[in-house]
Amino acid sequence: MFDVLMILSLVILTIAILFNFYRVVKGPSSVDRVQALDAIGINLIAGTAIFSVYLDTHAFFELILLIGILSFIGTIAFARFIERGVVIERKR
Amino acid sequence: MSFMHFIILLPFIAAIFIPFVYKKWNIHLHTGWFVIIVPLFIFINLLFQIPAISNGDTIFLSMKWIPSLGINFDIYLDGLALMFALIISGIGTLVVLYSIFYMAKEREALHNFYVYLLMFMGAMLGLVSSDNVLVLYTLWELTSVSSFLLIAYWYERKKSRSGALKSMIITVFGGLAMLAGLIMLAMITDTYSIREMIASVNLIIESPLFIPAMVLVLLGAFTKSAQFPFSIWLPDAMEAPTPVSAYLHSATMVKAGLYLLARMTPIFGGSAAWFWLVGGVGIITIFYGSIRAVRQTDLKALLAYSTISQLGLIMSLLGVGSAALYFNIGNAQEVYAVAIFAALFHLFNHSTFKGALFMVVGIIDHETGTRDIRRLGGLLTIMPVTFTIALIGSLSMAGLPPFNGFLSKEMFFTGMLHASEVNIFGLDGWTILFPIIAWIASVFTFIYCMILLLKPFLGKLQPEKLPKDNVHEAPFGMLVPPVILGSLVVLVFFFPNLLAEYILKPALVSVIPTVSTGNEVFEIHAWHGFDSIELWMTIGVIFFGLLLFFSIKKWNIAFRFFPDKLSLNNLYNATIENMEKQSASFTDRYMTGNIRHYLLYIFIFITVIMIGSLISFDAISFNFSSTGEISIYDIGILVVMVAAAMTTLLTKNRITAIVSLGAVGYLMVMLFVIFRAPDLALTQMVVETVTTVLFLLCFYHLPKLGKRLEKMKFKVTNLIISIGVGLTVTIMTLIASGHRLHVPITNFFENAYELAGAKNIVNAILVDFRGFDTMLEISVLLIAGVGVFTLIKLRPKGSENDEA
Repeated sequence: MFDVLMILSLVILTIAILFNFYRVVKGPSSVDRVQALDAIGINLIAGTAIFSVYLDTHAFFELILLIGILSFIGTIAFARFIERGVVIERKR
Repeated sequence: MSFMHFIILLPFIAAIFIPFVYKKWNIHLHTGWFVIIVPLFIFINLLFQIPAISNGDTIFLSMKWIPSLGINFDIYLDGLALMFALIISGIGTLVVLYSIFYMAKEREALHNFYVYLLMFMGAMLGLVSSDNVLVLYTLWELTSVSSFLLIAYWYERKKSRSGALKSMIITVFGGLAMLAGLIMLAMITDTYSIREMIASVNLIIESPLFIPAMVLVLLGAFTKSAQFPFSIWLPDAMEAPTPVSAYLHSATMVKAGLYLLARMTPIFGGSAAWFWLVGGVGIITIFYGSIRAVRQTDLKALLAYSTISQLGLIMSLLGVGSAALYFNIGNAQEVYAVAIFAALFHLFNHSTFKGALFMVVGIIDHETGTRDIRRLGGLLTIMPVTFTIALIGSLSMAGLPPFNGFLSKEMFFTGMLHASEVNIFGLDGWTILFPIIAWIASVFTFIYCMILLLKPFLGKLQPEKLPKDNVHEAPFGMLVPPVILGSLVVLVFFFPNLLAEYILKPALVSVIPTVSTGNEVFEIHAWHGFDSIELWMTIGVIFFGLLLFFSIKKWNIAFRFFPDKLSLNNLYNATIENMEKQSASFTDRYMTGNIRHYLLYIFIFITVIMIGSLISFDAISFNFSSTGEISIYDIGILVVMVAAAMTTLLTKNRITAIVSLGAVGYLMVMLFVIFRAPDLALTQMVVETVTTVLFLLCFYHLPKLGKRLEKMKFKVTNLIISIGVGLTVTIMTLIASGHRLHVPITNFFENAYELAGAKNIVNAILVDFRGFDTMLEISVLLIAGVGVFTLIKLRPKGSENDEA
């Protein structure tokens, strides 16, 4: 019962990722794409967590944290890129 | 190392000291005076060997060079080697003496000249005395190289350079062919020693490599001795200083091929192929050389073609004489051995009179400033001594008494007449051509000898046509060497049997080991009586020669009908030119400079080789028994991954391509998670992010111009090749994973805790079990970092880009 529940949620997350990916591909503007990527990152965190529970291991907890950090940094970088044209500004 | 080795290597040792001597003393004394000691010393020492050698003894001295490979500098001095060594050192002495007066000590780079000359002399001496085929080959090439250097001695002239290049290409081509032939012989007999090869001649005759080895060795001999059709380098080599022409291109180097033939005769002789190849090529060469010589207007070119012709004469005699080996013993053998004897005799004679003639031409050139027959004339009264030598030399070459050329020409006719009776090698009727062609060639030989003798010396002096005024006789020193050679020519005529007894007969024994030299066939007589055909042939030569010489203007026109395009020179030039053109266009065709094309070649090659070898080894078989279960997540992730990869390919937008590539990377992370590789997943995650950011950085800096955000062009070939590569790799992977040959060593690493105190196997492998890989990967990262830094910081000047 528990396993079925886990698998079911994984399937739902996969579908969510697919829909997000559709937005990444289609997304009329860059902002849509970046947001969709961010959402994919969160879905990946959830997926990894559920998977860890399913596999009964804590080996992937670091990965969850890492995805969180990276997806945050990535979104910020994209945002800066879209807003200012550069990611890292130079001091003048 | 024995004293004999020292003698042979002395020229090389002396060559080292020549530049110092030149620098120190050339102002006071011509460097040649120091050089002349070397050949003279060698010559005198070799003279002392004559008694022993003529008694039938041979000298064998060994010196280790590379004993583990069987390559030793073994000196084997028998009659043949001694005869050549005497010619080399004797004429070498005279040529050095001549060059002292020919080469001005103020203007010429004498240190170069004598270093090259001594190098050549040493190489030549070593070549004729070496018993080891590989040493022989080494020195053979050294003679080619030093000849190349000597021909291009006046390197600022274009003709010298092209002549040197031509001779180098042709002789080295032949040399390499010869090396292959010699290696074949060594493979058959399992030795590098010529004597041992001769001893195991039966092995060679029965070997299937007999004919290839013979043809390759012959190629070497033909190119070196300027035989038809490889003769074209010799006339061009006349750009060398005259002492060089006299020494290398008449007396020594061009005879290296003849030496090789004589040496190899005990191995190859007695077979039909050898008889026909050597004899046939020789007789064609006599004919070709003598006819071409008549046309020349340059005295040296005339002598060059006459050298070709005379070398052909010796070659044909060697070919005909090789039949002696077919008959092991007895009368029939001696009949053909006479031809070999004549070849050796003429070889000696040719060295004397041709050396003298070259020196004469050098004197004429030196004193009048030209060698052109059309400008010269009337030198008889001005240069009486030179004329006398020219008379002796050219009449000897034409084959008239009382000069040594007469004797060898008579013997040549004898040999050729015997050749016409050869009925052992098949094609019996054709042998009658030998004496006929030989006779016609002798007529032409007579004509060009007359041109050489009469045109420069008789007639009227034309001072206005000569570059130098105040023409006078050459200095005394310049006349001494040709006078010595000229008197040798006469002496040999009167006392031929002295030479035969001490030099020629031992040499004959080295060529035909079974011959008995005591026979009176090998007595040289000038007079055979009126009933001998040879005498009437000579008389015929003189009669028709004179007839044709005086009517030369009438039939000379006939040469004009021979188109220049068909000449061998033209053929050679066209071949070289065409080869360069063809190879250039071939290279241009596939080296397009387009990376896409190179990638195409690589991928096509991989696909073809992989699939081809799989098919040819019949290895396409799949075994799925050991594969794991495929879960639903695998399928889900793979479907998304394929979709992302396809998006990368088909998108019009670069940003989309990057993002979908990133998506592929992140999905890879998920695969790692599913396959339970947390460390890989972590690393992959970070690396993917950084890479994507770097891609974005690159795209931002793309130039504004030509930034066309359009779809990638579709090409069918690319599609086919990419599908091919994909299929290849997939098939390979499936086959490989289904066929495990050995048990994996994973079990060992499962002891990580006991062995390394680590609970994380992956990390234990990385830093403990296989730490070296990690260390080098760290170096790779370091190098990459330093590389990026330098690329950004150290830009070449002029490409400053403000956008950075």
